[in-house]
Amino acid sequence: MTTATTKPAIIVEHVTKEFRKRSTRSFKDALIALIRRKPIKGKMFRALDDVSFVINEGESVAVMGLNGSGKSTTLKLVSGVLEPDAGHVLTRGRVAGLIEVGAGFHPDLTGRENVFLNAAILGMSEKETKARFDEIVAFSEIGDFIDQEVKHYSSGMFMRLAFSVAIHVNLDVLLVDEVLAVGDAPFRAKCALKLKELADAGITMMVVSHSKSQVKDLCSRGIVIRKGKVIFDGPIDEALEVLEQP
Amino acid sequence: MSTAPYDRSEYTTPGRGLGILDVFRRRYLLKLLVQKGTSLRYRNSVLGWLWSYVRPTVQFFVYFFVVGHVLGASGKVGLYPLYLFSGIVVVNLFNEAFGNATKSIVANKSLVRKIYLPRELFPIAAIIGSFINFLPQLLVLVIVAVIFGWIPTWASLGLMLASLAIIVLFSTGIGLITSAINVRFRDAQNFVEIVRMVATWTAPVLYTWVMIYGKIPDWMFFTWASNPLAVCVEMFHQAVWGPTIERLVDAKVAAGQVLSEGEAKGNIGFAPDYGIYVLVAVGLTVLALIIGQWVFRRFERTFAQDL
Repeated sequence: MTTATTKPAIIVEHVTKEFRKRSTRSFKDALIALIRRKPIKGKMFRALDDVSFVINEGESVAVMGLNGSGKSTTLKLVSGVLEPDAGHVLTRGRVAGLIEVGAGFHPDLTGRENVFLNAAILGMSEKETKARFDEIVAFSEIGDFIDQEVKHYSSGMFMRLAFSVAIHVNLDVLLVDEVLAVGDAPFRAKCALKLKELADAGITMMVVSHSKSQVKDLCSRGIVIRKGKVIFDGPIDEALEVLEQP
Repeated sequence: MSTAPYDRSEYTTPGRGLGILDVFRRRYLLKLLVQKGTSLRYRNSVLGWLWSYVRPTVQFFVYFFVVGHVLGASGKVGLYPLYLFSGIVVVNLFNEAFGNATKSIVANKSLVRKIYLPRELFPIAAIIGSFINFLPQLLVLVIVAVIFGWIPTWASLGLMLASLAIIVLFSTGIGLITSAINVRFRDAQNFVEIVRMVATWTAPVLYTWVMIYGKIPDWMFFTWASNPLAVCVEMFHQAVWGPTIERLVDAKVAAGQVLSEGEAKGNIGFAPDYGIYVLVAVGLTVLALIIGQWVFRRFERTFAQDL
């Protein structure tokens, strides 16, 4: 995979992530557990176990697995939302994710205000946002509704605008999580096309998706995770085959 | 794994920032977050920003009537309404800033869970928002004070600024602690409610330091007097109420008028050793900021999974 000319954009080395199945929710619970000599901390659940992979600059890689396999956790570790318990994650350049589509939207703000706020959340400056504003609105097909409060939007409009902001952020690494199911069929096709365009433009992509056709379209390489372990890392077609094996 | 052929220095670890310093790097986002907070504050309300004036006014009249008249504090302190009002605004600022900061991380749950931002942004935006909301109260105070005969001086401006700086920084420090703990234990929110309730009484808002000086053990007075809230309230008193009562007393004496019991005491000034109390309060503020940042960073690692 690694050629001499391309540098890694994402490095994941021996990463382990554990979640605690917590039994105490408050000081009171903790105190009672202490008195009864029950464990305060609860049991650990290992979501990722010694996961290592490297994604090179310009590569589009799909991370696949069944529900609960740990693929979303992997994505969150790369985005920085979660921190690994062991091992480390390194990234190069500006990383942003489509995971957070709509997360920063506030229903009482207008579409315009939301665009600026969310672009800033994703790391854009005022100047960059202004320069891309028209493009963002055009892509979302929102039209005049841009100055309406977002709570009056239909769910489709809402997702379209959110997606449009996320996809117009200047970045080097894009993390995509199951958002390709946005809006109606024509808009989905448009999104897929836009992602393809970004991939062709040399943006590194890490995609988590269940949709085989989309993954096949976008990615050349697949990483299959099962029960927190990487069981396959290689060409996408083979990865899809591995995924189907029980 | 064998040493990979890459240069570590080009890479960053996602999710690791510089803490509070990162907030200043992302000033533009901070500005938008503060704007969002202030513009949403009174959205869908008819009176809107008028509420910022109504609340302190009602509070003022309640205290003035019950503590001033019913309990008789008005007779013991000259210009009691001004004394009361100039202290209460400081406590209101503290209460609002501390309370909003505490809830800030939980209130921005959806963002914290899904995207990495310097999380200190949320409590700090909450505190700046509280400060903006405090400005109408300050305006009301200035107008009331001028009506009572206050003439603003550089000294009073300096005292006010120093007081506000300590309050804002102190609430930032302890707000960082409580906002982080609140993610895992919502008990923090209730604890803060109690602190806010007690705050009004731990500072010399309704009474004066003279009333307790010598009546409680020295160490107790020291503890009371050096709590940042008490120190800041006294600064506001001496910025606004102090010079005004002095002018009033001077004018009445010159005109040969009789002084009331409270007016005869004149400006009670700062408590003895006030300078030391200021130093302790500033020390506590710095300590709160350092501990706040440290606790916040420790808890921050698990924010996304605990929310």
